Amino acid sequence: MWAYTVRRLLYAVPILLGVSMLVFALIHLAPGDVVDLLVPPEVPREIADSLRHRFALDQPLHIQYLAWLGRLLVGDLGISFFTNRPVSDELFGALGNTLVLAVPAALLGFGLGTLLGALAAFNRGTGLDKLFSATAITGVSLPHYWVGIVLVAVFAVVLNALPAQGMGPAGIPTSWEQIQHLILPVVTLSLIPMGVVSRLVRANVLEILSQEFVGALDAKGLLRRRVLYHVMKNAAPSTLALMGLQLGYLLAGSILIETVFNWPGSGGLMNLAIFRRDIPVLSATILVLATIFVAINILVDVLQALIDPRMRR
Amino acid sequence: MTEVPALTITEPSQATRRAQQGKGYWQRVWERLQRDKVTLAMAAILALLLVMVVFPAWFTVHDPYQASVLHRLKPVGYPGHWLGTDEVGRDLWSRMVYGGRLSLVAGVLPVFLAFLIGGFLGILAGYAGGLINTVIMRLVDVLYAFPSILLAIAITGILGSGLKNTILALTIAFVPPLVRISEAVTAQARHLDFVEAARASGAGIFRILYYHILNNVLGPILVYATSLISVGIILAAGLSFLGLGVTPPNPEWGLMLNNLRQALWVDPVVAALPGVMIFITSMCFNLLSDGLRQAMDVRL
Amino acid sequence: MTPLLVVDGLTKHFPLRSGLFKRSSAVVQAVDNVSFEVNAGETLGIVGESGCGKSTTARLLMHLVPADHGTIVFGGTPVGASSRRVLYRQMQMVFQDSYASLNPRLPVAMSIAFGPLVHGIAGPAARARAMDLLQAVGLDPALFASRYPHELSGGQRQRVNVARALALEPRLLILDEAVSALDKSIEAQVLNLLIDLKARFDLTYIFISHDLNVVRFISDRVMVMYLGKIVELGPVDRIYRHPKHPYTTALLSAVPSMDPRRRTVKAPLSGDPPNPINPPSGCRFRTRCPFAEPICQEVSPVLNMVEDGGAVACHMLMPGSGHTRA
Repeated sequence: MWAYTVRRLLYAVPILLGVSMLVFALIHLAPGDVVDLLVPPEVPREIADSLRHRFALDQPLHIQYLAWLGRLLVGDLGISFFTNRPVSDELFGALGNTLVLAVPAALLGFGLGTLLGALAAFNRGTGLDKLFSATAITGVSLPHYWVGIVLVAVFAVVLNALPAQGMGPAGIPTSWEQIQHLILPVVTLSLIPMGVVSRLVRANVLEILSQEFVGALDAKGLLRRRVLYHVMKNAAPSTLALMGLQLGYLLAGSILIETVFNWPGSGGLMNLAIFRRDIPVLSATILVLATIFVAINILVDVLQALIDPRMRR
Repeated sequence: MTEVPALTITEPSQATRRAQQGKGYWQRVWERLQRDKVTLAMAAILALLLVMVVFPAWFTVHDPYQASVLHRLKPVGYPGHWLGTDEVGRDLWSRMVYGGRLSLVAGVLPVFLAFLIGGFLGILAGYAGGLINTVIMRLVDVLYAFPSILLAIAITGILGSGLKNTILALTIAFVPPLVRISEAVTAQARHLDFVEAARASGAGIFRILYYHILNNVLGPILVYATSLISVGIILAAGLSFLGLGVTPPNPEWGLMLNNLRQALWVDPVVAALPGVMIFITSMCFNLLSDGLRQAMDVRL
Repeated sequence: MTPLLVVDGLTKHFPLRSGLFKRSSAVVQAVDNVSFEVNAGETLGIVGESGCGKSTTARLLMHLVPADHGTIVFGGTPVGASSRRVLYRQMQMVFQDSYASLNPRLPVAMSIAFGPLVHGIAGPAARARAMDLLQAVGLDPALFASRYPHELSGGQRQRVNVARALALEPRLLILDEAVSALDKSIEAQVLNLLIDLKARFDLTYIFISHDLNVVRFISDRVMVMYLGKIVELGPVDRIYRHPKHPYTTALLSAVPSMDPRRRTVKAPLSGDPPNPINPPSGCRFRTRCPFAEPICQEVSPVLNMVEDGGAVACHMLMPGSGHTRA
């Protein structure tokens, strides 16, 4: 078990290195460089070049990469082009805001998803199940950012019941003033995890129900509820794995919803950085989000190996 | 024992012989597809969409780039503009039809390219095993460290927006899952007895791949690729929505959604309309892909 | 007359990996120092329980698996990894699973014609040969050529597999449990077909099976394997009437009999079959052998010629080995 965990962690190192190399390569493939962005074009070449030398931009690429990597590892994520403040200042605050969205969305999506999936599985073949299948396929075809827009149109514009944008007062949402800003984006965000989880739960529960040992349990006269418990226990490992992945997607891929709702999270930060061509902020955010995603993946793998011994390789 | 009359073996008739001719796998898939009403309907809708997109002038009256200050944000049903106008007065219906071209290309082409690249790499990795497999799969793992949208944003955000970069970004985002599935099915097929028997005939790698691996492996890969098309369309529109995809003033569904966001307060219906096209197209491809999967799931 | 196939010292060990860095922690000794000969025109039967190494030996002969040690000489020419293509025109194999052995997407005539195509025979000629072979195995080409594997019964598929193996005109055919999965009546038909084909095409067979009755029916000589080693070898009648190795004796007495006088009450073999991962030292059969003695633990017995034909690897039959019964 521990061998597996250590192996998994060790394996993440080359992956993260690869990720950093990819981002670095992208930065250097971008048209123009730092100096072009900092100084007006009329400035004579010698001055621009001396600036390049000061920023160590004339060093060979692998030296620049190692220097950049070194700075990253001590936590120096660079300075924003736009605000001239360290990226880390804004980034971790923004991440916190994304968490405020992602966690409730995950809970809502997983909870409702499990419920709906299990219901559909236990009522297989009935109208309820068919409705579920129709909803599932609709859900997968819907662009979630569009759903966000539609929800805003209905609840904010037409009904004027909920705010259309923004986060409201900062901090952990406890007051209605904060919560009302949460409702629409959380619901929108929860749609995809809900759809994915419900489909998997339905498939897993169906598979387990069809296995013979459930028939044996039933034959022993076990109460429906006890059977349910056994079924859920067996469906748990792969479902939990999927939930972990979905959480990762919520944290790292929330940019579209945050754009719709003008939410000041990591996605919103990226959006702003794109608009301002603020490469340091953009690249640092991408790196941090990818790292978080990798970390969640590792956690999911280890948890899965813990629960289900068959998964350990 | 009583005499048992000798059995007369008669020659089967021509009809029986033809009936006994083998039905190939792809033939049976095609027959099942033809009987699936839903899939046929989807194919018909998509065919219509394709025609509309290739020959937009047949279906529209106005120029999609023609702005008009007087006719900004007219609602649905306005005379002359049956779906209203956008925030600078361009006819919405025309923009949706012309926009389909860019949206579809940005959504479908990356999947097709990723199918070719990813399929090739995956089959190679699955069949060759060993070092080649390790190298390819580890590279794919690095790409997998990003959720697709993040990867697409990384590429278009840093390298710049535009149709070409969108297609590049989405292709790169779709290659990893296609490599994974190709590798998985190929590695599985490789251990089947008939592949071993083919090797025991002395066949070289290319002949084995062509005669024995490919026709057993392409089915699942194709089904998976078609299921990615709807994701591609949503993602491509999403990138434009963020300002990273197609650039203004080109019509494109995601871009239109973004531009019309301010209009939400004036005319919410018009503002939401471009999303309907994304939804319908995505849904059609999803159902088509499902139908294909069911047709291919022929129990032999 | 030189034998058609000479195998010397064939060995294959599979490492098992586990632990932090997937180090090789144990080794499955699948085939260990196996040597035997096959004469042209005969049928050599190979018997043994599951895990004794019969199928691995077959795959080693066909070079589908690389051997760790040992030499294979076919028709006087040593066979190496590079001469595999040439080998496949001399030696072919029929696998056990008739369904998995055929590409489900190809018509059976195409599966048969594939081998000749690979070796440079033109399309129409290859197809014609496939048709002839279908006829030879008892399947009407007009009815069966364009059929797919799922449209055939098990026996018919196995006939196709035999046809496919014969397409390259080999001299030696390895039949790895080729009839084991078939119903008894079909099995009989296919066995008779094999005997006919052998005479017709002047073939040599290596017939691998765990079914002792079938092996007796078809073989000229029999080789008994246990845990990767050969324990006994000899003419079929001698083996079945006067088995010399305790394992062979036990194996034969385990065969259910219709004759009430020959039925036994006590199980002939005691103990569990040992793990091929950690085979017993010395003689591998000693843990289940009623005659085991300390010498059996220390020294591994080698194959020794016996008067009435063949060879046995047992200390009891080797004078001067240290066993009290030698």
